[in-house]
Formats: sequence, structure tokens, C-alpha cells
Amino acid sequence: MDQKKKIVLGVIGADVHAVGLQILDFSFTEAGFEVINLGVMVSQEEFINAAIETNADAIVISSLYGHGELDCKGMREKCIEAGIGEILLYVGGNIVVGKQLFSDVEKRFLDMKFDRVFPPGTDPTEGIRWLRQDLHMDEEA
Amino acid sequence: MKVYLLADFGSTYTKLTAVDLELSHILATTQCPTTVKTDIAEGLNHATAEIENQIGKFEIEALHACSSAAGGLRMVVSGLVEELTAEAARVAALGAGARVIRVFSNKMTKGDVRELETIQPDLFLLTGGTDGGDEQCILANAATVAKLNLTCPILIAGNCQATDECFEILSAAGKESRICPNVLPKLGTLNIQPVQEEIRALFLKRIIQAKGLSRVTRLLDDIMMPTPVAVLKALTLLAHGTDKECGIGPLMAVDLGGATCDVYSISAGSPKESNTVMRGLPEPEAKRTVEGDIGMRINAYGVVEAAGGLERLTAMSGVSMQETTDLLSQFSKNPSVLPETAAMEQLDKALASLALEVSTIRHAGTISEAYTPAGLMYIQEGKDLRDIRQLLFIGGTLIRTRYPQAIAECCRYSPARPESLRPEQFDLYLDKRYILSAMGVLSEIHPNEALRLMKKEICFE
Repeated sequence: MDQKKKIVLGVIGADVHAVGLQILDFSFTEAGFEVINLGVMVSQEEFINAAIETNADAIVISSLYGHGELDCKGMREKCIEAGIGEILLYVGGNIVVGKQLFSDVEKRFLDMKFDRVFPPGTDPTEGIRWLRQDLHMDEEA
Repeated sequence: MKVYLLADFGSTYTKLTAVDLELSHILATTQCPTTVKTDIAEGLNHATAEIENQIGKFEIEALHACSSAAGGLRMVVSGLVEELTAEAARVAALGAGARVIRVFSNKMTKGDVRELETIQPDLFLLTGGTDGGDEQCILANAATVAKLNLTCPILIAGNCQATDECFEILSAAGKESRICPNVLPKLGTLNIQPVQEEIRALFLKRIIQAKGLSRVTRLLDDIMMPTPVAVLKALTLLAHGTDKECGIGPLMAVDLGGATCDVYSISAGSPKESNTVMRGLPEPEAKRTVEGDIGMRINAYGVVEAAGGLERLTAMSGVSMQETTDLLSQFSKNPSVLPETAAMEQLDKALASLALEVSTIRHAGTISEAYTPAGLMYIQEGKDLRDIRQLLFIGGTLIRTRYPQAIAECCRYSPARPESLRPEQFDLYLDKRYILSAMGVLSEIHPNEALRLMKKEICFE
């Protein structure tokens, strides 16, 4: 494979949880991805601008403080407007307030046209496995 | 007596500084009208004669120069995302002393193309995509530019995987182009120095000929740079010092002219607190901004518009509305008018104060509050200049005025605008004899002497 697949990674909204993000950065990099890590408190526009300029294959959003649903609203629409409507959108973490059934949460985010949604405590290898599948990496190899 | 001569070819005046290096002393400074329409050497000869009048006959040890004559270095830049590569390209061009006439982002439209052909810049900077990132935009823009009636050289400093192809497209169309390292190789990594060096090389090669300066180059020794670069070099040296002598530390400088206002800062401007998150493109430690709508004469109305209207200006100056309107009209039509009456002087003071307020706010970084579950956090964009302790006024109105301290107050951090990260406490220094550009040129060969001269002349050390 001549070029690494690129993912834009960050914590969305007013969320400052940096530790999980470092673990994700490390895991994705180890798995052979090129990671563009935008850090914490990243806005939708920053994710999208970074993805455009770097020609990224996926945007991976982390959120831990419970407001992820509000922060992620309209993300796909903005991607479409910016000309990267087809980009893979992943979101994971503690993305809603309180204890809710994950299948309901997942459905709400899939309705917002996110491609994959991950519950709290997901092992990074899970995300990597899905990325490899969605980006058809194993077929190419 | 052996004398170093340093010339600054401006659009209106040719300034000349005579230096005795051994004694670390500025012998004389003078200015004569620039004669770019006939032979630029004429103005230089007049200035040299004028220096001789002041200090007597002398032997010239070396003659070096910088120039912003005939409109300076006019550049147009293009990038992909407005806040990312297009901004990186703009910052690179400004730091290289250019006048950035227009910034294009995304693929250029037919309207953009018409505009570019009308502008006919001295240099076009083509960027877009991080290394390994987007290729489509820069390739499309290269193809667009290749078809244009454009004679200027083109610098390619975008995604390294697309630059060879851009070069081929442009060369095939007979355009002179050069490849440089990407201005934004990775998101969050600005790499503007290589492109700035190339801009300077092209400035030497093409611009000087085009601007009627070639005839003096025989007289000059090999150093030549755009004037703003010389000023930026001088300020950087003054702030940092050399291996042998310490500098004065982080500083901000302002040059307010009739049509534009240049602001410089030499400071890392990093966040002060751990609960501050940086946003946006990183900014260079030695940063220059130019406000094209802010000036004391041609752009007097620009100041009024940007600073909040005529009422604010009249309240500040104490000059009546009627007289203010008349004077502003006079100022904007006649760039060379100097303040003669008390009313003119008061209006100039108010105009300069507002011009500096607007320009320094645009130059400095900003901070905003964000309430998060982890408590109060701050988001910083651009540089935090609150710790800067030195402010320099360069040239023009700011040197002539009787109220430099009062005007400088408008550059200060203000509780009324807590978001603008401008210097909190500073000492004001005046470059009374306009030696900064000369010292920038001199610093290329004799940095220690240039530093000592600046400290002596400007900081009275």
C-alpha cells in the first residue's frame, strides 16, 4: 500500500477530555493510519476544514462529557455543504446524558448519518477493525 | 573617514543613513524624493550630496539598500481552505515584505481569474493541500493560471505530491515557475521560511528590474531586500540580540503611513495558562500584518469606518463635525498635507489613535471564555501579546506628532476589550530618525553593530 489512510481525530465541543484521545491517537497510529489529531474542544468546522485540506478518509469524533449529541447535530449536512459529503463519520465515547439504552443512542446517531457509533468503554481495536472494513483496506492488501 | 551607506527606496522618499561602524555611530540621515520615473540613482545622488553637506566629504565603504519603491512587491496568493493553506500563504507573503493584494481560496472562479488578470501582480503564490493531502484544488488552479495572460513568476508551495505536476502544467504554458516546500506541510505546522527566501530571490531578480532599480544595482553591493523584510529583521535582532549582546526582549512595532498601517510583533505569544486551548493556524514568532484600509491620508475614511464612525472621531478630537468633514475630505485627496492648524493637529491625533487601535486589535490574538464541565476554559486564537513590554513607533505621523504617549495608549490591552490580547504595560520607543530599515539591511553583514546602533539610537542605552 503506497499511502496510509488518513483520519482526522479530535474531541468535539466544549469537552476537554484529552486522555482517551491520546490512547486513540496511539492506537490508530500503531495500526498504520496517519492521524491528524486536532486535540480537545474542536468545532465541527475545524474537523471539516482539516479533512478537506488533508484529503482525509475519515473523521473520528470523541466525546466524553455527555453533550456529544448536541455537538454532532448537523455534522453530515455541513460535510455535504463543504464538498466532502461521502466522508466516513465515526463517533464514540460517553456521547449522551445519563444512562440510556445504547441501541437507542446508536439509532439516533445513525439517523444523523454517522457511519459508526461506539458505546463507552469500546476497545480501540474495535474502531480499527471497522475502519479497515469501511475503507476496504483488507481487500486492497 | 570610511562610511557605510544604507539606502531605503520608498515610494515617495529615498532615505539614506550614514554609519561609522568603528565608532558605532549614526553620522547622518536624510531623505530626498524618489526618482523612480526617470533614474532612481538621481534621488540617491541627491541624498548622498545632502549627507556630504552634513558631515563633509567621505569615502564610501559599502552601499546597501532595501526598497518598497513603485508599489513595493505586489503579490496575490491562493490556497484551499480560507483559514488554512490560504491563510498560511498570506502570512508567508506578508512576512516576506509583500503587499498582498488578494487572497483566493478553493478553486478559482471566472470572476477570480478576471480579477487576477486586472491586478497583474509581481508574483503569484500557489498553494493548497497539506503534504499528501488534497491535490485537486492546486492542480485545478495551476491549470487555470496556466491559461491566463499573466507575466509574473509563479511560486508553487502546496501539497508536495502535486507540485511537480503543477510545475509541468505551468511550464508547458510558458510560465516561469518554481517549486518550494509546502507552506503548510502538516496541519498545525507552518513552514514559511523557504518560500520567503524564494520570494526574496525573485524580488532581486525580477522585481528590481521591473521597478527601474536595475540602474542603481551597479552602485549597490549585493544586499537588497523589500523594506518590510528589513524592518522585520531589525526588530527581530533588537528583540533577540546576538551571541555577544542581549536584545531588549519581546516587542511590538507600528508604522502608520498615509495609506496603510504595518504592525509587527516579535514574540512567541504562547498561551499563559494551562487552561487555555489554542485554535487556528500557528503564527510566526516574527509576525507582520498590513492594514490596507487604515491610513492617515488616503485611507482616513477607512479609519473612521473601521473605528466606529465620525461621532467617535469628533468626540475624541474635540473638532466640530463640520470641520472634521472638511478636513477629512482634504486629507483623503492630498496625501502630502501636514497638520498646520490646532484643529488639524487634534484631528491627526485622534485619527492616529483610532488607526492604531484598529490595527493592533487586528494584529493581536484573541481569547474567549468557554464554560465546560471541567470548569472555565479559554480558547486562544493568534498570539497573546499581553506580556510585551516594549512598543516602537516607526516613521511618519507617529514620529512627528507631539502626542506619541497618548496615541500609544490605544495600543494597550483594555478591560473594555478583554478579548484582544494586546500588551498590558510597555515603554514607548521612537525611531525618530527612521533607521530601522537601514539597520535591518546592515544586520545581514554586521549584526552586532546594527544591534548596538539601534539600542543607542532608539532605546538610549
